[in-house]
Amino acid sequence: MKVYVCIKHVPNTAAKITLEGSTAYDESVKFVVNPYDEFAVEEGLKLADGDEVILVCVGKETAVSTMRSALAMGASRGLLVTVGEQFISSGVAAQAIVKAIQADGEPGIVLCGKQSVDSEGMQTHYRIAKGLGLPVVSEVAAMAIADGKATIERELEGGSREVISVALPVVIGCTKGLNEPRYPKLPDILKAKKKEIKQIPLSDLGIDAAGKTAVTNLESAPERGAAKMITGDAQSMANELVDLLINEAKVL
Amino acid sequence: MGNIGILIDVQDGQVKETNYGVVTAAASGAGEKIALVVSDNAVDCKDALQKYGVTKVVHVTADTPVDSDPEAQGKAIAEAIKNFDITTLVGLSTAKGKDQMARAAAELDAPAILDVMALDINAKTVTKSHFSGKTYASIGLTGDVVVIGIRMNAVEAIEAGGDATAESFQASVGGAGRVTITEIKKVESKTVDLTEAKIIITGGRSLESADNFAILRECAEVVGAAVGASRAAVDSGYAPHAMQVGQTGKTVSPNLYIGCGISGALQHFAGMKTSKVIVGINIDKDAPIFSNCDYGVLGDLFEVVPALTKAFKEKLG
Ligand SMILES: Cc1cc2nc3c(=O)[nH]c(=O)nc-3n(C[C@H](O)[C@H](O)[C@H](O)COP(=O)(O)OP(=O)(O)OC[C@H]3O[C@@H](n4cnc5c(N)ncnc54)[C@H](O)[C@@H]3O)c2cc1C
Repeated sequence: MKVYVCIKHVPNTAAKITLEGSTAYDESVKFVVNPYDEFAVEEGLKLADGDEVILVCVGKETAVSTMRSALAMGASRGLLVTVGEQFISSGVAAQAIVKAIQADGEPGIVLCGKQSVDSEGMQTHYRIAKGLGLPVVSEVAAMAIADGKATIERELEGGSREVISVALPVVIGCTKGLNEPRYPKLPDILKAKKKEIKQIPLSDLGIDAAGKTAVTNLESAPERGAAKMITGDAQSMANELVDLLINEAKVL
Repeated sequence: MGNIGILIDVQDGQVKETNYGVVTAAASGAGEKIALVVSDNAVDCKDALQKYGVTKVVHVTADTPVDSDPEAQGKAIAEAIKNFDITTLVGLSTAKGKDQMARAAAELDAPAILDVMALDINAKTVTKSHFSGKTYASIGLTGDVVVIGIRMNAVEAIEAGGDATAESFQASVGGAGRVTITEIKKVESKTVDLTEAKIIITGGRSLESADNFAILRECAEVVGAAVGASRAAVDSGYAPHAMQVGQTGKTVSPNLYIGCGISGALQHFAGMKTSKVIVGINIDKDAPIFSNCDYGVLGDLFEVVPALTKAFKEKLG
């Protein structure tokens, strides 16, 4: 089955985000494959069964490094739609991915992460599905494929799960629990350096980078600062805390 | 001038209280406030919804069953948006709400921002977490229809009074039926659901076993709190993933968050930093959580938590 896996180039979640101007940040931090997309890559490698696993990414040219990491996991080759902007609308990213896939081949399945950890959009895969005319299921924590059908478990609140049946081809939004992404070994990392990454400028696809959403400002989340510390023996600390929560914080 | 649609999150034929904050968020907008209740069977919710400012309650069905078909839900919502001249759709960012809003937005090629913390319903601007809560982004939406998903508990419900009319709308969604919900595996839990909870008590790796989570549950029961866990606790098998708070777990915004034996890693904060009040209970005075919370209790959780249970009982019971 020909597998397409959409991946995003995002700052490592442990990286400090230093803002520059109103909507930019210092990009000299470590970038990684979006953590949810790693589940998608792993699932793709399991499902491909010898067929190609093709990575699709929309990002700046620097995203090549992230694509190499996913190629080192075992993906076959990559398509990188290059953009100049930091944040592009989900609608624009989806259009680019749809056109890139359509020009490349017929997907047996399209795997994505359920959200990115930078802009946290949670919807690109729905738009990809619409563009490709395929069904979509997100927050997928378990999946089994048999007879051209996927049986899926989707995570709901409180640990409950929806069991969903859907015919292939389908677009999937992967979440934690689906699998354990593999760590590439050194020979795989070396091999990945020779794998093809085809760069396609967004404008070559006839897509306008301006979408219907625009980030107008970024600011650091307010920090609470150091805690008011409570010390002493356990019971007196507990009593003092409850008093503070009732009288000072007024949350009880 | 269009209307505002309020997508009601119906769970097991019920409209939970968390919906009312979404109504409040919409109430200051121009035009009619139209609640869309998507369900095969009628849901009795008009009285509750009109109290918060809904002016029309629409029971949305389709020419095919919707409850078991997420695609039909998305298409039915898109049809209702067109039929009722809705230009802004707001809804709750639950698993179901996000799914429905993303489907409807994709159907209409409308912009959507999900899981927002604040919004200006008339200006169509929102504030949303970026980079796992490290930054807040201001985002503007443009288009004939815009979709805004609101984080649970982000907007406090305020009664507004008023009367609503009620009607039903059957959408034609031809071509659905590709995605079928065949079963819902319920986890029977006596505790409150994390994302809805007003108070959350979480435990980390330092709980040392699944059994020890009982001391957190005892404490939680007294104040009607939900119990959560850090990833380290989940990875160690002390708690199921459904209980995980953080970047790769649940995002929560309770009024009160009490982290017990939790170091306070960035990825944990990603899931709870918008809580109103954060308390850390930790044995290490240099634990990172103490440098970014409201109250710090320096002590052994195995002593402090039972003492806290006692104090809650005495002072609130
Ligand atoms: C991509 C990625 C995603 C992640 N996602 C998440 C996520 O969603 N959620 C999450 O929580 N983490 C997440 N993490 C992991 C995160 O970085 C931390 O490792 C994790 O939160 C630590 O959990 P902890 O605080 O329970 O354990 P530790 O860091 O081991 O801290 C234990 C704390 O308990 C204290 N302690 C020990 N004994 C006692 C006692 N008797 N009484 C009181 N205090 C005591 C210690 O002083 C210490 O501060 C993620 C990491 C990565 C890389």
